[in-house]
Amino acid sequence: MSLQIALSIENLNFSYGGKKALDQLGFTINSGECTLLLGPNGAGKSTLFSLITRLYDSHEGQIELCGFNVKQQTRQALAKLGVVFQQTTLDMDLSVMQNLRYHTSLHGLGRKVALQRIQQELERLNMYERRFEKIRQLNGGHRRRVEIARALLHKPALLLLDEPTVGLDVPSRLAIVEYVHQLVAEEKLAVLWASHLIDEIYPEDHLIVLHKGQIKAKGTVDEVLQTTGTTSIKDAFYSLTQGEQA
Amino acid sequence: MSFLHYWRAMWGIVGRELWRFVTQRERFISALVRPLVWLFVFAAGFRAALGLAITPPYETYILYEVYITPGLIGMIQLFNGMQSSLSMVYDREMGSMRILMVCPLPRWFLLLSKLLAGTGVSILQVYVFLAIAWFYDIHAPWQGYLWIMPTLLLSGLMLGALGLLLSSFIKQLENFAGVMNFVIFPMFFMSTALYPLWKMKESSVFLSKLAEYNPFSQAVEMIRFALYGQFDQQAFIYTLVAFLLFMAAAIVGYNPSKGMMVKKGGS
Repeated sequence: MSLQIALSIENLNFSYGGKKALDQLGFTINSGECTLLLGPNGAGKSTLFSLITRLYDSHEGQIELCGFNVKQQTRQALAKLGVVFQQTTLDMDLSVMQNLRYHTSLHGLGRKVALQRIQQELERLNMYERRFEKIRQLNGGHRRRVEIARALLHKPALLLLDEPTVGLDVPSRLAIVEYVHQLVAEEKLAVLWASHLIDEIYPEDHLIVLHKGQIKAKGTVDEVLQTTGTTSIKDAFYSLTQGEQA
Repeated sequence: MSFLHYWRAMWGIVGRELWRFVTQRERFISALVRPLVWLFVFAAGFRAALGLAITPPYETYILYEVYITPGLIGMIQLFNGMQSSLSMVYDREMGSMRILMVCPLPRWFLLLSKLLAGTGVSILQVYVFLAIAWFYDIHAPWQGYLWIMPTLLLSGLMLGALGLLLSSFIKQLENFAGVMNFVIFPMFFMSTALYPLWKMKESSVFLSKLAEYNPFSQAVEMIRFALYGQFDQQAFIYTLVAFLLFMAAAIVGYNPSKGMMVKKGGS
């Protein structure tokens, strides 16, 4: 099966006033690849996500989603994108089903297809039984599951995850890590996952280490270890970011 | 992008807003209490102090309560417009706005749908208010209750667009309270909602001019005339133009390439 480029970024620059947040970023993510974006606080991870989702706009550089330019073909590009933001973006006073139906309507899915997809995604995450419960009644792990289900309802080619496991207990965290890797392997989904937890990385994953707006290393786990001459991701990360916490 | 997609998305946004409003009983009650207090307490107190001459659309002497009813309808819509924009600032801070902004539809359409949703909620509030006012002996011709529907739509959109524009400038919720005070109160008090222009002119010509050009006054007059089955063309055009201007500015404000999001976020 030939790999398709799900995300392509070239020469991307971005500044907050005079302060450079992203400096000449460039990388690609293929379908069926899980790429972990590692970086200390302030490295530019959230800025990068805001640019990919077009919440911000950059005057320099290019972002393409499945061949669609985010700036010129915004709607086609965004249709290929599923996002789980760092903060919960669910409506607490609505039920799981209402939140998901809202999302399917925004993506133009008809009632029948929407209900089928909702059932499919919730069942895969063992949440279907809880579909009529209000989000407020769910714990953090279950809310995250609903958000992941929601991000997949319109069958995106690229899933963006902005530190989705922050604040979760270990079993919930592991369940999400395992589920996302399963999606990559079975559905050939492309994933860009911003994380600061090194134990979420699988050996077959790709890594991008971002520090002060610049890519310090990219490639498979083995390639990054080889480049940095280290034996663990933790050591590689420390050597690339001068010892800062991820 | 098919027409069906737009249709479904719009109903998704409007339906969500209406559902939230209906289920949030406190919001529903507080939205009604404000104009009712003005009607039952303020208007009763001022009835004796403010003598009103016969001015169109009224054909006879009216009670002060009758005069301020269209103003209070405007007040409901003004507060609702600001409330929806406040919720947009809140949604943006809390993140749920992002879900709307990353869906594959043009931003102007998403903002317009959000505006329609807010206006729908305000129209609901207005009709409940009018029903209560009816029991308080404030009666308009029955056709008036139908005629005000399109005017409520336009005035709701205009005031909502103003709120939307303000929300595009405001980054934090804390700042919003200040802007509310600088917008809501001057707009409401410097208008024909509580007193007619000629009455205001007796005290200050300058203030009466400000009130005349205040888009809120025009919206109130449009509603006032519609409630009595008449069409105030000037007020209608003024409100329509104000809506288009506010909306265009809000769309620019929410444009990631050109608007305030760039200045707030970076470049």
